[in-house]
Amino acid sequence: MNVREQWGTRAGFILAAIGSAVGLGNIWRFPYVAFENGGGAFFLPYLFALLTAGIPLLIMEFTLGHKYRGSAPLSYARMNKKTEWIGWWQVAISFVIATYYAVIIAWSMSYTYFAVNQRWGEDTGGFLMGEYLQRIDVVSGGAPGDIGALVPGVFIPLVLVWIITLGVLFKGIRRGIEIANRIFIPLLVAMFLLIVIRAITLEGALAGLDAFFKPDWNEIMSPGVWVAAYGQIFFSLSIAFAIMITYSSYLSRKSDITNNAFITGFSNSSFELLAGIGVFAALGFMANASGVGVADVADAGIGLAFVVFPEIINTFPGMNGLFGVLFFGSLVLAGLSSLISIVETFVSGVQDKFKFSRRKAVAIGGGLSALISILFATQGGLFFLDATDYFINQFGVALAGLVSVIAVSWFVKKLPELQTHANGVSDFRLGSWWKICLSIITPIVLGFMFIQNTINNLTDNYEGYSTAFIVGSGWLVAIVAIIIGFIFAKFKWKSGDMNIPRK
Amino acid sequence: MSGGAVTMMIFGMLIIWGGLGLSIANAVKVSKSKR
Repeated sequence: MNVREQWGTRAGFILAAIGSAVGLGNIWRFPYVAFENGGGAFFLPYLFALLTAGIPLLIMEFTLGHKYRGSAPLSYARMNKKTEWIGWWQVAISFVIATYYAVIIAWSMSYTYFAVNQRWGEDTGGFLMGEYLQRIDVVSGGAPGDIGALVPGVFIPLVLVWIITLGVLFKGIRRGIEIANRIFIPLLVAMFLLIVIRAITLEGALAGLDAFFKPDWNEIMSPGVWVAAYGQIFFSLSIAFAIMITYSSYLSRKSDITNNAFITGFSNSSFELLAGIGVFAALGFMANASGVGVADVADAGIGLAFVVFPEIINTFPGMNGLFGVLFFGSLVLAGLSSLISIVETFVSGVQDKFKFSRRKAVAIGGGLSALISILFATQGGLFFLDATDYFINQFGVALAGLVSVIAVSWFVKKLPELQTHANGVSDFRLGSWWKICLSIITPIVLGFMFIQNTINNLTDNYEGYSTAFIVGSGWLVAIVAIIIGFIFAKFKWKSGDMNIPRK
Repeated sequence: MSGGAVTMMIFGMLIIWGGLGLSIANAVKVSKSKR
């Protein structure tokens, strides 16, 4: 049996886990979700969600990988053969996410270059959809579902994204992923700190911060705000798509679990808070310069990053290019460190099950994912990306999280065993609160989210897309991920694979 | 900034950045005691 690779140091593992958790959503999702859901008052449900779902789930996944010492499919199979499909389902979800996530990093790379002389001009929305993405409905009257031609401006940086990602993965855990994150994460924090310092010294920044932090206490009585808080924690911590199980399987036998989960969880939230301050200070400046309210310029996602931020950079009093390069460079770094972790899940899964060498697994798994990602670099790519992203998150990540937590706590009843394992190696001990959070609170919240999402999506098509498009690019993708889970679980393991290595 | 906003800003920073600081301090303390 091959000896499993290991992280060089505990700090190396923590930085890689933080690199995975801190992604584009921290920068472009959290600030707006907080603003929309009670401002400063949102911190209460958000912190409650972090402590009752985020960190407990992180501890569960770290313990699964550490105890069973394998990729997600192997760890689930070693825990109980009947749960192996959950590991493959999570790996399939990661595979889908990798295909479009790489494209968003490619856009960020292009925009880092465009930022130097603000190539996007005055009409930033028109530039994004027309000149840059050449969106099929804008340039040739096409509709969602049409593929159109390949967009070279997206394809070229996409090739670069894959060269970097697969290059890091070829090098392995210690010499590839660990070194990359040791460079990316401190650099990302330093760059974002510069952004925040510059943003809070702009005229109007305080109005932006006031909008972000001002508490609306009536909001926290609304169930929707609590669901938004759990959703934000859940989607931003890289849980339920095999990453944390895979990363912790490379920890040394005696490595801590519980405190590592607290450091990872709080680091992710710390960066989100920093991002909230930077983004809303900049939005406050923009609102002040345009003579409108902060709510009029606040946005999230692609709109915030690629339309509103270029406008802010245009309006800057000086060193516009530098601020732009720092902002989009931060998106590239946050995205790359997450993409590396996402691709590692299927590289590791394939290596474990089919006994491929790392190079072969990276070439096949990463190569296939890179090839499929070209679809999102076409003129119709944005529509496919939008639908796939929504459905794989709502009916992939969130549902896989619900199923995994129910399977572990209720069906195979492994929480006490996992608790004993974590307590045996960790800096501090887990109490019964951990089991209550995972077996009761998390399933209730995720179950509620799932029912609500299902009803909403069966009643109305997401974003008003046609049913045929939504079925093909959304529902089908989420369902195929589950089917792949069952198919891959049917392949036999080699004899001895179910034995947990002692070294 | 309003008083409520300042209070929540300090609250958020204390809990989140304080929580991170405490977890790192705990890890450093334990690793020193193991040496």
